[in-house]
Amino acid sequence: MGIPLPVLFGQLLLGLINGAFYAVLSLGLALIFGLLNIINFAHGAQYMMGAFVAWLMLTMLGIGYWPALVIAPLVVGLFGIAVERTMLRRLAKLDPLYGLLLTFGLALVIEGLFRNFYGVSGQPYAVPSALQGGVNLGFMFLPIYRGFVVVASLAICLGSWLLIEKTKLGALLRAATENPSLVRAFGVNVPLMITATYGFGAALAGLAGVLAAPVYSVNPLMGSDIIIVVFAVVVIGGMGSILGSVLTGFGLGLVEGLTKVFYPQASSTIIFVIMAIVLLVKPAGLFGKAS
Amino acid sequence: MNRLLLWLIVLVVALAAPYLVYPVFLMKGLCFALFAVSFNLLLGYTGLLSFGHAAFFGMASYVVGHAMTRWGVTPEIGILAGTLVAGLMGLAFGFLAIRRQGIYFAMVTLALAQMVHFFCLQAPFTHGEDGIQAIPRGRLLGMLPLDEPHTLYYFVLAVFAGGCWVVWRAVHSPFGQVLRAIRENEPRATSLGYRTQHFKLAAFTLSASLAGLAGATKAIVFQLASLTDVHWHTSGEVVLMTLLGGMGTALGPIAGAFVVVAIENTLAELGAWVTIIQGAIFVLVVLLFRRGLVGEALEWLRLRAARPSPQGK
Repeated sequence: MGIPLPVLFGQLLLGLINGAFYAVLSLGLALIFGLLNIINFAHGAQYMMGAFVAWLMLTMLGIGYWPALVIAPLVVGLFGIAVERTMLRRLAKLDPLYGLLLTFGLALVIEGLFRNFYGVSGQPYAVPSALQGGVNLGFMFLPIYRGFVVVASLAICLGSWLLIEKTKLGALLRAATENPSLVRAFGVNVPLMITATYGFGAALAGLAGVLAAPVYSVNPLMGSDIIIVVFAVVVIGGMGSILGSVLTGFGLGLVEGLTKVFYPQASSTIIFVIMAIVLLVKPAGLFGKAS
Repeated sequence: MNRLLLWLIVLVVALAAPYLVYPVFLMKGLCFALFAVSFNLLLGYTGLLSFGHAAFFGMASYVVGHAMTRWGVTPEIGILAGTLVAGLMGLAFGFLAIRRQGIYFAMVTLALAQMVHFFCLQAPFTHGEDGIQAIPRGRLLGMLPLDEPHTLYYFVLAVFAGGCWVVWRAVHSPFGQVLRAIRENEPRATSLGYRTQHFKLAAFTLSASLAGLAGATKAIVFQLASLTDVHWHTSGEVVLMTLLGGMGTALGPIAGAFVVVAIENTLAELGAWVTIIQGAIFVLVVLLFRRGLVGEALEWLRLRAARPSPQGK
């Protein structure tokens, strides 16, 4: 095809990184959807908040990347808990569309506030010193930080999978997803679990934001740019299984990277085209159960 | 008799309005009101939340811009072409979207509209970030010059009234009854023998066409078709207008559209604050008054009428 290998692998790596963010974000969306039955439109805004908290901590307080990797998701998670307690809880018995509308409104407010104070031009966030530079793999040059993002995302996905599939807490969570009132009858505090799940989902989004900060610049619009693609990823994969979300996320990232090499004009639309095809062929999604 | 009087008052106010209020504001309000009315046909009467209606609104305005700037067609042909293209897009998108329900439906329509946005960003005829500017307004039917503000206003008013009439007829017909049955209980409508998928697709296509009509008219009023019109933010705005006014009511979307447009006009210099306020309104409406302004007013009137009067009779 006359495409130099380093270019091909470079784009594939970028695709893998995008895919890592799709995977972590759709994982969080699926978790929240499972228990709260709503689509968290504010997920993109929470991802952006994670990146901004890290950036603010660095510029205002001089706190570096590694502490931010822990603190920023905590901050975003606490914010999520407050949102669930004060607002989402009131919508529990209503049509799930109201949850979508409320979180959409929240996303507008959060994005607008950050845009008002920091403008729309991106703020750079330096790669932490331990992960600077790169290694020459022979066929391509691998910036260490990008490799780290892929590995870290895989670890996050694996950790969440273990938590949900292999622990007692995870078993309760799955049971509450199936039948909340029955689990409540067994003496489990389901409302607390719902709050914790929303907080955990928001924290995951925040963590993804911190990981993303050195790769892309920190920008108030970064969340809404990615969340719509993640919605398409979720429609393609279905929200039935964690493994499914992760595979779909990484897979679509790679497809996007390949498209950038072979037909760049379509790189921003390819995922939506795939979504349309999946809807025609397998409406429930690749890993979804037919409703 | 009372009804006739009410309509007379509405007619007089609508005809006199451009002499009292800034006509461009009124026309913007009317275009967005028609947009919201078309959207309400889906959300309010069929129970389908489309988060991608900007695609139809915006694409129709591009079609008008291109047809009138490049091919020099008259406004009515341009608007017809825009409406037709939006309708065909609605047919295609609806065909895909109705394969999923509820929340997935919203995500699918949002994603498809985002695809349109990226397409418009790259396609040569939309002129990318610049948009199509200085669209000539032309002469209606080759005779009436639309550059005259009052002529333009009455033309927009007629388009708006026509669009509303179509929605009114659709809602108050056996077809509309079936749509409401689908909204209330789709499996039951299916079990009664209705092909709900056909009805949903028809409603989606009709709604998309009318959203296109609104976008096409807007392009002539503002002489501009730009990426803003196909952005997801515009899709969110029409949801806000319908929700704020009251979904499933005839007047709600119109009231909601005028309120939102008025807020935008008043706060235009404040930039990002418009978005913040719109987001806050979303949150407040969902938490506090889900029936919307008109819906809550109707409910209040209903309760008042139901209450026994203090005098006994």
